[in-house]
Amino acid sequence: MVTLVGILDLARFQFAMTTIFHFFFVPMSIGLGVVVSVMETIYVIKKDEMYKKMAQFWGKIFILSFAVGVVTGLIQEFQFGMNWSEYSRYVGDIFGSLLAIEALVAFFAESTFIGLWSFTWDRFKPGVHVLFIWITTIGSAISSLWILAANSFMQNPVGYAIDNHMGRAELKSFGALLSNRQLWVEFPHVVIGTFVTAGFLVAGMSAFKLLKLKKAHPEIKFFRRSMNVALIIGLIGVAGALVTGDQHAFDLQSMQPMKYAAMEGVDKSITSSERKDKAQPWSLISVTNPDTHKVIAHIEIPYVLSILGNHSLTGGNTVGTTELEKEFQQKYGKTHSDIKDYYVPENTLFYSFRVMAMGAGGLLMLGVVALWMNRRKSKLILTQRWFLWILGVATFVPFIINTAGWLVTELGRYPWVVYGLMPISSAVSPNVSAMSLLISNIVYFLTFATLGGVMVWISRRALHAGPYAEEEEVESPSDPYDHLAKGVEA
Amino acid sequence: MTILEILWFTLIGILWAGFFFLEGFDFGVGMQFAFNARDQKDREALYQAIGPNWDANEVWLVTAGGATFAAFPAWYASLFSGFYLMLFIVLLGLIYRGVSFEFREHMPTIQGTHIWERLIALTSFLVPFFLGMIFTAMVSGTPIDAHGNLSAGFFDYVTPFTLVGGIAVTLMSYIHGLNYSRLRIDGNVRVRASSQLKYLYPVLLAGEALFAILLFFYTDFLQTKTLLTLIILVVIVLTTVIGWFLTVKKQLEALPFVLSGLTLVEVVVLLFVGLFPRVMVANNPLYNLDIMNTSSSPYTLKLMTIVVITALPVTLGYQIWSFWVFRKRIVSHKVVE
Repeated sequence: MVTLVGILDLARFQFAMTTIFHFFFVPMSIGLGVVVSVMETIYVIKKDEMYKKMAQFWGKIFILSFAVGVVTGLIQEFQFGMNWSEYSRYVGDIFGSLLAIEALVAFFAESTFIGLWSFTWDRFKPGVHVLFIWITTIGSAISSLWILAANSFMQNPVGYAIDNHMGRAELKSFGALLSNRQLWVEFPHVVIGTFVTAGFLVAGMSAFKLLKLKKAHPEIKFFRRSMNVALIIGLIGVAGALVTGDQHAFDLQSMQPMKYAAMEGVDKSITSSERKDKAQPWSLISVTNPDTHKVIAHIEIPYVLSILGNHSLTGGNTVGTTELEKEFQQKYGKTHSDIKDYYVPENTLFYSFRVMAMGAGGLLMLGVVALWMNRRKSKLILTQRWFLWILGVATFVPFIINTAGWLVTELGRYPWVVYGLMPISSAVSPNVSAMSLLISNIVYFLTFATLGGVMVWISRRALHAGPYAEEEEVESPSDPYDHLAKGVEA
Repeated sequence: MTILEILWFTLIGILWAGFFFLEGFDFGVGMQFAFNARDQKDREALYQAIGPNWDANEVWLVTAGGATFAAFPAWYASLFSGFYLMLFIVLLGLIYRGVSFEFREHMPTIQGTHIWERLIALTSFLVPFFLGMIFTAMVSGTPIDAHGNLSAGFFDYVTPFTLVGGIAVTLMSYIHGLNYSRLRIDGNVRVRASSQLKYLYPVLLAGEALFAILLFFYTDFLQTKTLLTLIILVVIVLTTVIGWFLTVKKQLEALPFVLSGLTLVEVVVLLFVGLFPRVMVANNPLYNLDIMNTSSSPYTLKLMTIVVITALPVTLGYQIWSFWVFRKRIVSHKVVE
């Protein structure tokens, strides 16, 4: 039993680590796909060479993020079989089919067309070439549809039935899987979120570059225009993410009330009759004792929870975690006697949610101001160096927001791997040793640190070199074999 | 046993075969970064030859994995958890290989570029080698229990048979990659590829003979499916001999490339025919996993069949078109001007 706990913890840690790292690059590459597609489309329409350079320059970062996204995605696919074999056996009939469809209908297209796109700049007419990047981008967005359909099944299982003879869940309705309510709040939220990531990445990197460029440098125009394209996409993203995110959180009240209660720091229900028509306060800060699951301290803002949870100034139906615990014990206690309690990590969810929501709010304001300061006729943004610094630092904010969002979604699923159907503890591979898991965890960690470090380093260098740098560096005279080659030719 | 179960067993075989045919040559080209490149121009030519395609080739592996998950979840679960550390090495290989292709061209110094190029060569060797070992171990009997779980350590899978299996797949990939280089690259790379092939074909033939002998001792293929197994073994050897002849004597390029790809395909056929209807061979025959006790529900299989019939022709269409676009030969001493 002791070893089993060890295996479970190690497998969960690995899932968290690999997923978080993978999801740095997923929104980055999908979003950069959008940004680069838009830039190249502007080039095709306006025939302005600068936009071609733009697509090529940011395309480099796009290709890098795509590559790291692909290879870390391999871990995701293999991991279910390697670390979660019981899970794979139990829901493979449903979950596996979605992964296979993703590979067949989307992943093939992205991978083929990104190859075509990056190697054929001088071989196809601009109007044809731009189609390759659009297919890649749309392909990767469709990819996320299938992956999120799989995740949505874990969050809100639909369209299945239990086959007691086979001892597993089986798919009964593919239509139900695809019309899963969870999917249609999660998918728009994630896709529009990629706009935020790439938008503020390109805007932030441009800001860093503008800080470096001397007055009247010819590249200033390039980076100011890049920033404008990126900010518009980023702002569409933030606005969209806030709207879809609000709907997403709203739905949780009925679909995963424990997650919602923890996100809002509500331990005791505020549904009693005398408060039903009153305004519900929203906690700005809240501390929950992780052992007793009681809120120790909080600072509240009146009305806000009613606005969020009831879309009105009063009312709402927020059930507290302690009541939900009792309810779940009654509901699942008989069939899942191995589950100790149904509490989720309240403090992590509470603060992750605030980091995500407030981060998005901050980006919204920042983006609007930046767009105004960077308007064509004004040079304001070039003189306000402090502002460029803030915009530069904001490059990293979407990555933190994305991680926070997934922490809420995935930790809020606890103790279930498939909500209400299969506990996490019975999903893990029983035949994988703790040592194997420990080794793979350590090596993955070191690998991710290396890849992340190299990515940041290369991106900085590419930015430093600028869009008009000739790429002749590889052909340096220090090639130890070069004299041999010349000898052969002579 | 239903028709759909048989169809999906076959389809998974086809996906693996497609993967080895396609990624086989780009593993082979990857290995040439170490064994068939004298200078940076050669290495650049090697990269150019597979740069646009390696990613899509790799999706065949992703699809094979996904299809196994979808159609035979219990097979996927046992295979992936049972061969944990070997698959882990395969994954690491694919991770470092994939990023190396992209990172190498962004290095400020030639030494930096060489780090990633050495990694390309190393990982292009490791992945086919360990896949070869996993496949041969899978058919030669593993300690599967009543629940389908496989508990064995890394070294339990290291036998003469799996080692030869690993080396054979690696060598076949390398030869396939050399043939691809002859087809796609001009200049020194092509000349050296031809002279290496002269020596490698006989080595491969010896390896195939050894593999056939070990197949007799480590699997039941020759006992239970004698005729079929023998025929496939003969076809593998014949394909190799014809490829050798056409390469060395006739100096042909396209046909030997197809043939070296076919040997990889035929190995997959050999293993899948021998397995059928099993998917994993247990030491205790009672615990064999087969297509009946691992398959998905008829509903899911039907759904997946519809998806494949619709999507695969389109997928194949644009992938073939992509190869057509990049058909032009790369001149190794002109690529970096």
